[in-house]
Amino acid sequence: MSIKELIETLHPLERKVLPILKEDMELKKIIEKTKLKDVEAMRALQWLQNKDVLKIKQDLKEVISLDKNGEEYIKTGLPETKFLKSLTKELNFNEIKEKANLTDEEFNISLGLLKREDLIQIKNNKIKITEKGKSLKESKEEFLRKLPLETKDLGNKLIKEKIPDNFIDTLTTNILKTNSWKGKKFRRYDIKINVPKIYPAKRHFVNQSIEYAKRIWLDLGFKEMQGSKVQIGFWNFDALFTAQDHPVRDIQDTYYIKNFNGKLPSKDIVERIKKTHENGWTTGSKGWQYSWDEKEAKKNVLRTHTTCLSAETLSKLKESDIPAKFFSVGKNFRNETMDFSHGFELNQSEGIVIDKNANFKHLLGYLRAFANKMGYGRVRFRPAYFPYTEPSVEGDVYDSIRKKWIEVIAAGIFRPEVVKPLLGKDIPVLAWGNGLDRMAMGMHGIKDIRDLYKNDLKQMKNMKLWLK
Amino acid sequence: MPTISINKKEFEKYVGKKLSLDKLKDRISYLGTDLEKVDNNEIIVEIFPDRPDMLSLQGFARAFSSFISVKKGLRKYNVKKSDHKVIVDKSVDKYRPYTVCAIIKNLKFSDEKIKEIIDIQEKLHITYGRNRKKAAIGVYPFEKIKTPIVFIASDPKKIKFIPLGEKKELNGLQVLNQTSSGREYAHLLEGMNKFPYFIDANNEVLSMPPIINSDNVGNISNKTKDVFIECSGFDFNILKKCLNMIVTSLADMGGEIYSMEIIYGNKKIISPNLEPEKMKLDLKYMNKLLGLNLKEKDVKKYLERMGYDYSKNIVLIPAYRSDIMHQVDIIEDIAITYGYENFKEEIPNVATIGEENNFEVFKNKIANLLVGFNLSETSTYHLINEKDLCENMLVKTDYIELEKASSSDYNILRTWVTPSLLQVLRTNKHNEYPQNLFEIGTVFNKNKEKIEENDRLAITLCHSKANFTEIKQILDSLFDNLGLKYKIDNIEHNSFIPGRVGRVSVNGKKVAYIGEINPLVLSNFGLEMPVSVFELNLTELFKLMPEKIGL
Repeated sequence: MSIKELIETLHPLERKVLPILKEDMELKKIIEKTKLKDVEAMRALQWLQNKDVLKIKQDLKEVISLDKNGEEYIKTGLPETKFLKSLTKELNFNEIKEKANLTDEEFNISLGLLKREDLIQIKNNKIKITEKGKSLKESKEEFLRKLPLETKDLGNKLIKEKIPDNFIDTLTTNILKTNSWKGKKFRRYDIKINVPKIYPAKRHFVNQSIEYAKRIWLDLGFKEMQGSKVQIGFWNFDALFTAQDHPVRDIQDTYYIKNFNGKLPSKDIVERIKKTHENGWTTGSKGWQYSWDEKEAKKNVLRTHTTCLSAETLSKLKESDIPAKFFSVGKNFRNETMDFSHGFELNQSEGIVIDKNANFKHLLGYLRAFANKMGYGRVRFRPAYFPYTEPSVEGDVYDSIRKKWIEVIAAGIFRPEVVKPLLGKDIPVLAWGNGLDRMAMGMHGIKDIRDLYKNDLKQMKNMKLWLK
Repeated sequence: MPTISINKKEFEKYVGKKLSLDKLKDRISYLGTDLEKVDNNEIIVEIFPDRPDMLSLQGFARAFSSFISVKKGLRKYNVKKSDHKVIVDKSVDKYRPYTVCAIIKNLKFSDEKIKEIIDIQEKLHITYGRNRKKAAIGVYPFEKIKTPIVFIASDPKKIKFIPLGEKKELNGLQVLNQTSSGREYAHLLEGMNKFPYFIDANNEVLSMPPIINSDNVGNISNKTKDVFIECSGFDFNILKKCLNMIVTSLADMGGEIYSMEIIYGNKKIISPNLEPEKMKLDLKYMNKLLGLNLKEKDVKKYLERMGYDYSKNIVLIPAYRSDIMHQVDIIEDIAITYGYENFKEEIPNVATIGEENNFEVFKNKIANLLVGFNLSETSTYHLINEKDLCENMLVKTDYIELEKASSSDYNILRTWVTPSLLQVLRTNKHNEYPQNLFEIGTVFNKNKEKIEENDRLAITLCHSKANFTEIKQILDSLFDNLGLKYKIDNIEHNSFIPGRVGRVSVNGKKVAYIGEINPLVLSNFGLEMPVSVFELNLTELFKLMPEKIGL
């Protein structure tokens, strides 16, 4: 930047400071002479320093840091100088201390410093000056003393320049109205300067991932299902062929609503489910071979999976609706104590495909497409067990940031014991419930599942935008 | 889910082949068991609940050996006939109606092996036996027993024996009170005036299922060679499978299986029954479901690798498999041997139209609009506690409680969203202000005999100048954007400053609260900044919308 351009960048405050600026000027004096407020003067000085005009601020700092011992040392010399000067021959510690008139503290600091700079040698508790030390001593330089003030060449030149003051600083409506800007120069800004940070308000980062997951299913032609979070055991378990004594129905795993039972759906569907559990009804299954209890099915629970929505959807589907594809993304609940990998509320991305030609290969195809679109390039599948699907599959995606496989996919083809009582006939229904929160953790680099919903405003401010 | 921990060398001996660690890891996962750990000494696998037959080293190794094609097809187990009898007395009908039994001879017991058997027994108790409710298993040194054995129920005071590990004789009731096993399983005999027990021809009580064995004749030692095994419970089929799982494991250990006659009145049953069950497999159905085109000979090959036999559409199912209810269960096993990694994934060309739920669209539009007011969206839990929902808000609410919630901080369902947002403000006191937040979330309320769920929007403004005007400006603007007109009425609400709180209604329907939060509430939440709030029922509002979004 030329000196001319430099002049054009000067802020009114800088212009006030510049003319009275001399070497060794203290902040107090600058304030006195310019009649600026101390923050204004400081800002002007800082800006000038950024422009490489001065190095005032740093010099001031150093004077202050030397204030305690500085004056003393200016008179008597720095302790390390005295130390070095005393070394006319090999001496032990106490001899040096005495000769150079150093306190214990001064001695210790100087010793370390001189040793580090390779100016002295220690041998058998005796200290000897090195060649490097000798040459330094002879040059009689105050080698460790820094200049109290450093004025830059540019600054010296600038002080000599004539500085015009007819630059336009802030462009105002008045200037525009009167056209008074014509023929004048605008003050140049330091566009590299740091500005105070501001933060936009944002959607919650988990909700951003949910929106994205929803879009994937919409793009794939799926229709959204919605339903309540409190469900009767009937939809959450029984309709999904989960035996009434299955451990998942235990109170340790599932949130039951106290003193509040729900209502069962129409009689024929209840009857069909009952028979399917007891002896397989007409599904070709043996059933669970027990006596099915309506009471258990009426109990209200917080849904443990969104698969209950899929069951309800199947029960309402008409022949003419098929083939059909449905999805939902929503919260599920597990009666669990929270720790870094377990939450009691978690989001699941649910889907079903009802199509007489659907098969296991399609199931894997949909699951991989979803994982890929979520940003996970590597997916693997392996056998699994769920009471309501057969074949069942679990899938992992590879988290390339944390460098590990994470289990996020739970899927299968609904058993005939699920489909036939709900739909009236046995056709393949592909089904899955993918762990969305775990995927979101991977995408946002979150290690502790509790950090998903702690709503720390600082964390949320700094969270990167979901770019999918 | 239950895990088993097995010695790798032993495992290899049973499998009949040694695999590299990598190969082992890979194959175990693809068999349908979750590998937790494998090193040169130990393998820990999680067994899925549908395969209790794999809960022993022998059972797991048996399945694995087939899977990697070392020993294929249905395993033959020779059951030798014995004329030892177990008589099931009519008295057990009401209390524990069934038992199946077997004798295993020529076992070489060591302390290690005893531990192993107890381990199998316990794993089956917990899983398949549902904590001894459905099935309880007893194992006894056969040498000390004189048959016929009787399974009978009597007045508990008259059942006297020294329970396993105890010093003195107790009666049935004392067993429940004075032994740890008794206390743990007493609930399974609750309300019964007679307790079931096994007693032999010497009048020695063997055990009182499902609680405990006797110390005299129910204690296996490393001198034991032959054992008597019984399973008792309520479902004959379950007991049969359970017994089969144990006897096949013991036979794999080198034992010889001997049958017994179980006498139910004038019916006689030979137990154990290791005859394979038969199920028809529809190859067309199978190929269609899996999207494959497997020939019969392939199917036979795959089935043999899962321990089945196959001939002309009929599958012979091992007698220890308890999970085969429908042919889809067999089809899954075919898929597993075919290899999940070998399926050619595809997305079919089926035309369906994607459609977002209208209400979800509505909520999403509102959320995006609110971000424009510089409000940050939070996502809090639907669960809360009484203190924050009621006490700290200075209100009494008829909330919905959860049964035995594992955390006392989250044990009821929220009836409104504002307390959740005040919780957020409480935890963010160290962060910069202004803290202006919003959340759209579900709330739960009792409505007579029903639980009503509504999605609500709550906005909280929290900074040194937060006030009623500012929050009402947002309310105004939101309603303008939705094309709705509202009416606001003064109300009393303890959570707000009197005279600075209102109820908002649209077309006469009450939909929102608006106001400045009571300083006492703020202090309850430890806040030193004013907070103004409005909370709007979006579920209700959506019903009032003049035009619906979407179709």
